[in-house]
Amino acid sequence: MTTLAERPDVARSDGPRVARSRSDRLGIYLLLLPSLLPIVVLSVFPLVRGIYLGFTDARAGRHVEISFTGLANYRELLGDELFWNSFKIGLLWAVGVTVLQFLLALGLALLLNQQLRFRGLARVLAVVPWAMPPVVVGILWKLVYHPDAGLLNEFFHRVGADALRTNWLGDFSTALPAVILVGVWAGMPQTTVVLLAGLQGVPRELHEAAAVDGASTWHRFRNVTLPAITPVIVAITSLDFIWNFNSFGLVYVLTAGGPGGKTMLPMLFAYEEAFRYGNYGYAAALGNVMVVIIVALLAVYLRRRLREAN
Amino acid sequence: MFGKPTRTGRALQYVALTGYLIFLGFPLVWLLSTAFKPPRELVQLHPTLIPSNPTVQNFVQAFTEQQLGRAALNSLQVSLASAVLTVLVALPASYALARFRTRLGTVALGWVLLSQLFPFVLLIIPIFLILRQVGLANTHAGLVLIYVVWALPFALWMLQGFVRNIPRDLEEAAAVDGASRLEVLRRVVFPLLAPGIVATALFSFISAWNEFFFALVLVKTPELATLPVALARFVGIEGTARLGPLAAGSLLATLPSLIFFAFMQRRLSSGSLAGAVKG
Repeated sequence: MTTLAERPDVARSDGPRVARSRSDRLGIYLLLLPSLLPIVVLSVFPLVRGIYLGFTDARAGRHVEISFTGLANYRELLGDELFWNSFKIGLLWAVGVTVLQFLLALGLALLLNQQLRFRGLARVLAVVPWAMPPVVVGILWKLVYHPDAGLLNEFFHRVGADALRTNWLGDFSTALPAVILVGVWAGMPQTTVVLLAGLQGVPRELHEAAAVDGASTWHRFRNVTLPAITPVIVAITSLDFIWNFNSFGLVYVLTAGGPGGKTMLPMLFAYEEAFRYGNYGYAAALGNVMVVIIVALLAVYLRRRLREAN
Repeated sequence: MFGKPTRTGRALQYVALTGYLIFLGFPLVWLLSTAFKPPRELVQLHPTLIPSNPTVQNFVQAFTEQQLGRAALNSLQVSLASAVLTVLVALPASYALARFRTRLGTVALGWVLLSQLFPFVLLIIPIFLILRQVGLANTHAGLVLIYVVWALPFALWMLQGFVRNIPRDLEEAAAVDGASRLEVLRRVVFPLLAPGIVATALFSFISAWNEFFFALVLVKTPELATLPVALARFVGIEGTARLGPLAAGSLLATLPSLIFFAFMQRRLSSGSLAGAVKG
């Protein structure tokens, strides 16, 4: 929920001003209050409280005493094999989806940036998955992967490759890749649109100059296009990674974490801990760990990008 | 952009584009086809891409048997309320954010990015506890409240951008003509802001309409379930013949956001709203 490309201000002089008088400032705060109050009460406060719960033994139930337990939850997490498993799957999922999403989206954006026929159709198709509720995307792909009535198995039958027919979401070895593919499909449109916007901002003269110098297509891509859209790439891949790591609805509908926990993303794991077993404190601790991991991975990624840029 | 590609280069580009069209398009075609297939064709050993006897029976069934109609009404109610409330609450604040620089404003906008980082699990448990305390757990009102708060940061960001595009001179001119502050807002700012208000309302409507996690956790009574939750429960019902109504319901659930995206197409392609909607 972030605007990546700033809308250009019509006139800079119309930008915000510093409030001068005291009554002005009071007025501003009155205007801001209806928005800030709900955000503080139902977003900032719950978040702080959620972080705190991660250090307690909170459990479901109306009159349960909550006591501070320090790092006990985290010690338990360290020894929890199910957590490690879910964490590994979450990383595979988030990194896999983000990387594939980016590569495929970049390819599509480059194609859409050319004068090709059917470009309009591709543009429309590229946006439709984005418009679908995650639950519907899950249902849609359940239909595609369906062992008997699914498009994929029927396709393999038609091309005479019956050996490849399988229960895609139910099989231990295919479930995670199948789910990752859905994640890519669902997230690719947004990434494509952002990258395309980035590509359209690359000055034409740069390309023309490079072409005059006799640079090959690959060289021009590598040395002109790519550096120009690097900020866009870094922004969208970072956001994609966060979104993917925190995603829930899609996989909940597709596999609910199965088979045998093969697609148990950390969010699903935390959901089960909290609302199936009532271990609020433990689930919150898991949430805290996820935030720390996301921030750490992003920090490494962004630092490397920054160093490359210098 | 890459000058004139060679003939093989062009051919390769079309091969790649075809690949993308298949990958993006076929699952959608399959959903459409499943939604219009009669039960007999759904259970047949080798399904076809195009239904041979298309029917709207699945749509009727989705509404009568699975109570998707009620869920759709619930969703409509919750989403409309969220949209209206979000705009009402965001309007004054976005005006203040656009016209005056305050530290509070900077902090509020920073929260937009920061709030993305935190997984819902951290928020949902305390929110659940708060709502239960004030008696709003398991109600639409509670859900609306959460959706408004959830949509607010981005709504503020979006709306203040629209305010900024209204030249300040217009307001000042009206003030010089003797219009009061309120009149300036009513006569000058709001009419010009209409597209921004519509866009914000639509955004808020769609994020509520598509939302799944909070609706799943916060609303337990089946009669109060929103459409995504009802559809997800529907998935659990076994039987291949059931896929028809499921696909039909899914198609209907997609319509509002499709309309939204069609509406926003121009903005989307310019990239200015590129990060606007994330399920």
